[in-house]
Amino acid sequence: MKDSTYRSQVLVCGGTGCVSSGCQEVMDALENELSSNGLADEIKVVQTGCHGFCEKGPLVIVYPKGVFYCQVEPEDVEELVAEHLQNDNIVDRLLYKDPVTEESISNYEEIDFYQKQQRIALANCGHIDPHEIEDYKEQDGYQALKKTLTELEPEEVIDEVKDSGLRGRGGGGFPTGMKWQFARDAQSDKKYVICNADEGDPGAFMDRSLLESDPHRIIEGMVINAYAIGADEGYVYVRAEYPLAIERLQRALDQANEAGVLGENIFDTDFSFELHIKAGAGAFVCGEETALMASIEGERGMPRSRPPFPAQKGLWGEPSNINNVETFANIPDIILKGAEEFSSVGTENSKGTKVFALTGKINNTGLVEVPMGISMKEIIYDIGGGIGDDKEFKAVQIGGPSGGCLPEDKLDLPIDYDSLIEAGAMMGSGGLVVMDEDTCMVDVARFFLNFTQSESCGKCTPCRIGTKRMLQILERITEGEGKEGDIKLLRRLAKNIKSSSLCGLGQTAPNPVLSTLRYFEDEYKAHIYDEECPAGACQALLGAYVIDEEDCVGCTSCVDVCPVDAIEGEKKEVHTIDPEACIVCGSCVDECPTDAIFQE
Amino acid sequence: METITLKINDQEVEVEAGATVLDAAEKLGFDIPTLCHHPDLEEHGSCRVCLVEDAQSGSLMASCITPASEGMEIELDTELVEDARKMNIELLLSEHPNDCMTCDADGNCELQSLAYQYGISNPAFGTMEKAQFAIKDKNPFIQFNPNKCILCGKCVRVDNHIQCSDAIDFANRGSESVIATPLEEGLGGEHSNCVFCGQCVEACPTGALSYKPAQGKGRVHEFEKVETTCPYCGVGCQLELRVKDNQIVQVGSIYDKDHPNPLGEACVKGRFAYDFVDHPDRLSKPLVKKDGELQEATWDEALDYVAEKFSEIKDEDGGAALAGLASAKCTNEENYLFQKFMRGVLGTNHVDHCARL
Repeated sequence: MKDSTYRSQVLVCGGTGCVSSGCQEVMDALENELSSNGLADEIKVVQTGCHGFCEKGPLVIVYPKGVFYCQVEPEDVEELVAEHLQNDNIVDRLLYKDPVTEESISNYEEIDFYQKQQRIALANCGHIDPHEIEDYKEQDGYQALKKTLTELEPEEVIDEVKDSGLRGRGGGGFPTGMKWQFARDAQSDKKYVICNADEGDPGAFMDRSLLESDPHRIIEGMVINAYAIGADEGYVYVRAEYPLAIERLQRALDQANEAGVLGENIFDTDFSFELHIKAGAGAFVCGEETALMASIEGERGMPRSRPPFPAQKGLWGEPSNINNVETFANIPDIILKGAEEFSSVGTENSKGTKVFALTGKINNTGLVEVPMGISMKEIIYDIGGGIGDDKEFKAVQIGGPSGGCLPEDKLDLPIDYDSLIEAGAMMGSGGLVVMDEDTCMVDVARFFLNFTQSESCGKCTPCRIGTKRMLQILERITEGEGKEGDIKLLRRLAKNIKSSSLCGLGQTAPNPVLSTLRYFEDEYKAHIYDEECPAGACQALLGAYVIDEEDCVGCTSCVDVCPVDAIEGEKKEVHTIDPEACIVCGSCVDECPTDAIFQE
Repeated sequence: METITLKINDQEVEVEAGATVLDAAEKLGFDIPTLCHHPDLEEHGSCRVCLVEDAQSGSLMASCITPASEGMEIELDTELVEDARKMNIELLLSEHPNDCMTCDADGNCELQSLAYQYGISNPAFGTMEKAQFAIKDKNPFIQFNPNKCILCGKCVRVDNHIQCSDAIDFANRGSESVIATPLEEGLGGEHSNCVFCGQCVEACPTGALSYKPAQGKGRVHEFEKVETTCPYCGVGCQLELRVKDNQIVQVGSIYDKDHPNPLGEACVKGRFAYDFVDHPDRLSKPLVKKDGELQEATWDEALDYVAEKFSEIKDEDGGAALAGLASAKCTNEENYLFQKFMRGVLGTNHVDHCARL
């Protein structure tokens, strides 16, 4: 962003990631330092939304040069102000360092993490002040809505969205334009538009980021949708665990109402649209659209059978269109720049870009937006900077608890809705968890099943009880108690839970098990038949801990840390571990200063 | 009326728009197992044993909640259907104690019938070995054993939508889900709206909900079923007395749209207040006080005595000296006759009725 009244602007990332790493203190320190140096009138400090590179937060960008500083702490501020803002010298030690060449990079666009990204939904994130509607307007904000209301018929809007090829970004990938058409075709005096911001996949935070960083974009997308289907009321269903997103969205709603781009007679036309925020109460299942609507109605968040689909009978029995945050974030661009430009990016059946939350055993973690069709390899190695600690890549889990784990030979797979499903994973909401050689795939399946079984709403038999039975089998395998027939039973359970569950949660819950069985069945077998965990991750399958007599210096650190008093030894004498009492927790290994403790 | 034509197991059937696949299959005489479905209740679709296969997509659907649509082709007996139904029954059994031998619902348990029908003698995940929940019965009428509950939600729907008490609902999530009362106080607790209509017990497909006074007193195959009119008020609810050895063990519901209580409704009196029938103090012959003591008399003696005393009072002090209190146990017609008799024959306007209180 540019503001000519100031000679320089300092953008401090204020996404939840950077808030956690202390950006508020950096912001306060900056403001104090500028005031005490009499620079407050020359240099403006702006808190933006998420910049995506959470790994390196708190992030600070200094304009006009656009110098990108990472991991800035309050103690760095004095130097930053004195050197950069007063003497125009870049502070090299705070710049991003290329992990391979170790060269400093001052312009963020030249950093690998950003280079291969293509930002449409996240275009404004980290660059504008989410608190100010004017900042959004400066980036052509609400121009798409103006065009919609003053130049386009509702059918034309829907045709444009259909032509763009946009598919639902919440995971299902249903063509958005078709969904809008169904809602438009439904006959009713009352219709609703709902934004699903009940982001619940572990590790995924693109919806939160969008709402925190660019809330007006979502509002604009929703109003365009309302005009297209003939709705006059809407809800944004945000999980209550996102207080910052709710606060910024509420502020944006108030500003939009004030500015006449929301509420009565938008842009002085006959079209009116009222938008509310509904805070969810923490149930993962409320991300399922029918459970979400039940929750808005004040009912227990339990999914309802489809058909009838929400487009026919949705919120309070009225036709409703429900889309994900990221889906709405793409709408203004499609309307303003046209379907053709949007669909020029991506693959034949998956157009545009997708935002992924990149985490796990990888060098660069954070939020990335990439064109559809990019390979997993490019995301992991070019953007993500490869695997950390010189470890080998093992698998990537894509799509959260509903998705699957893909092995190395699938890394060249182009990322689009259909190829992912074919490979046994799914786009899901866009979680990407990278795993290295130390990760046990049975344990990964157990982790995700533990999540889905505890987040099942408990309504239908296969999801409520079936996922619990699956979890019990996985638990016993990782504890070395696996039995002959367990793999067969897991497959039978998985097949039936998928085919007979009531909603998407149950229908996709077995995917982590099925995909790990598909690509890593040997690991299951090693646990069951050889009582071994090839990754060395399942504690129960590892041998007892032993202390090397040569290396032990008799410091008693291990004796002190052992939670079950299994280690004996006097100071300066070799210690011993009682294998019967040892629970193989590993605390002694972490504590030992001479690495004298190992597993047999 | 718009109709829909579909095929089930290659047989064509025509149903009214809005009918479900289950309705269509039943019209053709097919028997699809269900646990959470009840024709009088809002559909729930949770048990997943009424699954059928859509031949066009190869996917499974719960027939009780899937609307029939034009041109649909449904298969009932495929391997996919059979295995999914069987597995869902096995999953329910894994969370259910195997104590049919001592269960009051033996012979009247839909889960037991399905396990029998599908020949599940050795369920893949076993059965519940140790009780997971405490039994809840801090009230005189209804016992809830959550260990036997299959969470079909029929009790919740009958309570919320037919009796409209909102006394019970689902609580917790996932495998921790249970049917609960407000603040875990139990039925009849301080914040409970339960009126003890007993309809939840009637709706329960297993032995999770049972009538406390009937426990251990007999099971379905031992009962003689007697259809009767409730003796308590003028509504005339039709009830089913379940009788063993000439003693009423429990009072059940009858579902008949021509009845004054078409959905099997009852009140606490109709459902539970039947022990007067065989009570030793119950009057079975008229008594007349002679020489200061009540003595058995014939009806002629008793009625003549009453008529004589009424006439005496009327002659001496006028009809207004008499008053009549009628009972809600009488029918409307009987109550009409009563007031007519009091006014027309005895000449008094002093007529009252216990239901006015």
